[in-house]
Amino acid sequence: MTSSRKNKLLTGLVVASLILVIKLFVIQIAQDKYKIDSRNNSMVYDIIYPTRGVIYDRNGKILVGNKVAYDIMVTPREVQPFDTALLARTLDVSEEFIKTKMAEYARDRRKIGYQSVVLLKQLPAETYMKFAEFSYMFPGFRGQTRSIRDYPFNAGGNLLGYVSEVDAAYMKRHPGEYRSGDYAGKTGLEASREKELRGEKGYQIYLRNSKNQIESRFNDGESDQEAVPGKDIVTTIDATLQQYGQELMRGKVGSLVAIEPATGEILTLVSSPGIDVDILADIGKNYQKIIKDPYKPMFNRAVQASYPPGSVFKLVNGLIGLQEGTLKPTDAYPCTKGYHFGKHTLGCHAHPSPLQLEQAVMMSCNGYFCYVLRNMLESNKYKDIAQALDKWNDYVRSFGFGSPLGSDFPSELGGTVPSSKLYNRRYGKGGWKFTTIISISIGQGEIGVTPLQIANLSAIMANRGYYIIPHLIKDSPEVEIDSKYKERHYTLVDTTQFHKVIPGMWRAVNSGFGSGGTASIAAVPGLDICGKTGTAQNPRGDDNSVFICFAPKDNPKIAVAAYVENAGFGAAWAAPIASLLIEKYLRGDISRKDLEKRIMDADITWKVKKDK
Amino acid sequence: MIIQIFKSRSIKHSYDWKLVGIYLVLVLFGLANIYASIHSSNPSSVFDLSTRSGMQCLWIASSLGLAALILFALPARMWESSAIPLYIVVGFLLFAVIFMGVEVKGSRSWFSFGAIRFQPAEISKITTSLLLAFVMSRPGFRFSSLKDLIKVGMVVGIPMLIILGESETGSALVYVGFLFVMYREGLTGWLLAFLGFVILLFIMTLTASPYAALVTLLAILLLFNLFRKGFRIDLAFLALGIILLAAFLPAIVNAIGISLGPVAIMTLLLLCAGAVALWIGYKNKNRFLTYSTAALAAGILLVFSTDIIFNKVLQEHQRKRIEVLLGIKDDPSGVGYNVNQSMIAIGSGGFSGKGYLCGTQTTYGFVPEQSTDFIFCTVGEEWGFLGCIAVIGLYVLLIWRIITNAERSREHFTRIYGYCVAACLFMHLFINIGMTIGLMPVIGIPLPMMSYGGSSLWAFTILIFIFVVLDHQEKKYF
Repeated sequence: MTSSRKNKLLTGLVVASLILVIKLFVIQIAQDKYKIDSRNNSMVYDIIYPTRGVIYDRNGKILVGNKVAYDIMVTPREVQPFDTALLARTLDVSEEFIKTKMAEYARDRRKIGYQSVVLLKQLPAETYMKFAEFSYMFPGFRGQTRSIRDYPFNAGGNLLGYVSEVDAAYMKRHPGEYRSGDYAGKTGLEASREKELRGEKGYQIYLRNSKNQIESRFNDGESDQEAVPGKDIVTTIDATLQQYGQELMRGKVGSLVAIEPATGEILTLVSSPGIDVDILADIGKNYQKIIKDPYKPMFNRAVQASYPPGSVFKLVNGLIGLQEGTLKPTDAYPCTKGYHFGKHTLGCHAHPSPLQLEQAVMMSCNGYFCYVLRNMLESNKYKDIAQALDKWNDYVRSFGFGSPLGSDFPSELGGTVPSSKLYNRRYGKGGWKFTTIISISIGQGEIGVTPLQIANLSAIMANRGYYIIPHLIKDSPEVEIDSKYKERHYTLVDTTQFHKVIPGMWRAVNSGFGSGGTASIAAVPGLDICGKTGTAQNPRGDDNSVFICFAPKDNPKIAVAAYVENAGFGAAWAAPIASLLIEKYLRGDISRKDLEKRIMDADITWKVKKDK
Repeated sequence: MIIQIFKSRSIKHSYDWKLVGIYLVLVLFGLANIYASIHSSNPSSVFDLSTRSGMQCLWIASSLGLAALILFALPARMWESSAIPLYIVVGFLLFAVIFMGVEVKGSRSWFSFGAIRFQPAEISKITTSLLLAFVMSRPGFRFSSLKDLIKVGMVVGIPMLIILGESETGSALVYVGFLFVMYREGLTGWLLAFLGFVILLFIMTLTASPYAALVTLLAILLLFNLFRKGFRIDLAFLALGIILLAAFLPAIVNAIGISLGPVAIMTLLLLCAGAVALWIGYKNKNRFLTYSTAALAAGILLVFSTDIIFNKVLQEHQRKRIEVLLGIKDDPSGVGYNVNQSMIAIGSGGFSGKGYLCGTQTTYGFVPEQSTDFIFCTVGEEWGFLGCIAVIGLYVLLIWRIITNAERSREHFTRIYGYCVAACLFMHLFINIGMTIGLMPVIGIPLPMMSYGGSSLWAFTILIFIFVVLDHQEKKYF
């Protein structure tokens, strides 16, 4: 009996020790939890932030660079009694501020431990220097430099976008990429090119003890990671021209877009009112103000607003008529203050009648283009108007309308081009005829386009029949752009047809006052500007002023679209603005100082109804 | 000829040098780990007396001196004859320390002589073992005699209660180990089983949940009844099914959405099962089954009374003390901080450890008490699973060897004393390592021979070497 009890006890001993061994196996080998916990316990990652990539303009000027910001850090554990009043004076803050902060740190002392926390962010250099002088009197306080965005030019605030600290929602959308305290581009290029610009964070790993004090480098620094600086980006923007465009658009609501026709590169893209770069630099402070602004400066009208194109669209309809063979340049149609159908009239302004195509473009005759579209839509080539309209729709889409162009803007709007489906839905199948949809003859009604698309139309005219998708990023060794930004997109209209319309555009500008040309104000001797005005109806007030143009007539260097909300005739505001921009680009200086002054000084924002 | 006699009687053959060897390995490995646990980025020498490793060297040297004294100078016979006076002296010290001692971490169990501090509770293990061996080895000693039973109970109970009074719960718990010795000497196994059962239910109710305790109760009774007459595979599956069903009952109840709580359902089911079992037991005259039913009822009663008394009757501060006692809430800086840090340290060691002196958790002070009660963390982190197995293996070998030596002995005193030594070592081993890996509540007792501390090292040295010398003396005469 005793011997069996000895054996039972020995068995118990072995079983008990096996229980220990099994539990050890579970926590040492089977589970990873404790290994991860031990890292969190003892390793401190000291993040090295890469410098963000620089954004250049097309001529190598820096649009967005980096500069040093000075933060004041405090290590509460090391702070000794100090002269609060003196520190407050040195840092240009109230004594109250320092007292509340110190009370806060005292409350959180367990959490903070031996770490440093930020007391003040982005001090001006002068304040920082003052602090540096007295810092020896404030143990525990120290300055820390940090790289922040710097904008040498007040150009392209909307395009560039801003950078700010990531919040919880942003980190959730980009899992694993950001940590609290990181900065990321939130809008514009900073956002769309975030991946290239941000670079890669590096880190140094330290081992700390249970009191949160650093003990040594981990693995002698061999596991550390160098920071990789962000890539530089070259934009197609011309900083000087962009800045000038912004000045022209000051006091107006609308867009101004300039494209280099041969390459599709966007030289200038102004959405007005926009955001000044000094507001971008301190977005945190100004964010609420911007959000509350009734003119929505964050909204990039040039690519996100859909407008009726107005008379500039007559170019498209004319070209379609020519291609279809339903219009010959020599065809003449009468216009007696408009196009009459039944009891209705689509009105027109006073001009000689009848007109041929060139003159109709030059004088922007409404009646003429009603005939042009009617002849095309009622052509016996098609079994009914619905089929004809869908053919028309194909043509219009080939000009880049109706869907996003595919530019490198993050949120480009597509606009609308009506099709038979739309009208069938609205009026019933067979329930509509040409006169029902007559307003699309002159670019009104159901057509919606973005200023970028109109500028692209201007580039198509300049190129005589093709476009390259407008884009903002230039090819550079560091950042290669998509090959789609190098392809030509031909419209469904033969390139030979364009020569029949362009003289009309030339005459609209260059025939002199009194000739009936709608855009004489845009003429600059020697520049051979070709243009087309538009006056688009706006149900919320005065008409929108629209103008597209390119110059010179042969081998064009620049194509421009200006769209000013509620500004009246195309010739009143859009034409001079576009013309001044072209002059600035091609000549470098302005001969028409009076016109420039009048445009720049005008403030017509009051005409635009504010959103509530 | 003389040389041969000398050889045969040389110490090489008469003392159990293997046992002493295991002792020495553990002591030295302990020293190495103490050095590692205080090692930091600016290391000092192992022998630097201002550090714990340096002090431990002193303790080791003095312990070896003590061992030599016991082995070669003191007469082996004296331990049996002086068991009573030694017990009385140490008992007095144990009592006196409550009034004259200094308070260390909430317990008054240390005498302080200047820089040297000494804990009589450690020495008390030795004298209790000696007296227990003395009492139980008297001719005519029987557990069936109430007088003897009371005697034994007092020998173990008196120091245990005084130590409890000193708030040294861990040390007191070690005395429970003497039950194993009594079991070996003829105490009925049911007492052991019943005691274990009560402790298990009590602790499970408080640390896990009343429900877990009920499931355990069911599992134990079920297994006992099913396999009393041998193991059967079909019954094993049946038992497994019932136990799993019981364990996942809360989840099932939750999924179905019955408003009755799982505890209530479990209790009802258990009561039904109990009634059926009682009836079957009565019909088949199966007394075991009847007793089991009684145990079931008692168990349910225990679980609920523990729960109710603890949560409803006890005052907040009393509750807290018990929670601290059981390690439910053990540290002001957060529930379970010690165990968590200790498990992180051991768990992060992985299979083969981070390498000697390369541990981050123990070196940088994340583990509390890492050179004393939590010395095993250093082993776990720097030597990994392999190191842990080696250490546990050495202890098992030591205890095994003591038990087999004790069994071989012809003197009852030596045998019983040997079992006492083995029981003490085992209790320390299991409670200490169990504590560091979250199996046991945090009750601070040292890991024998390895933890830093003079009292503890001296006590285990004396404890073990008295057995070595008793064992040797037997071989000398037979």
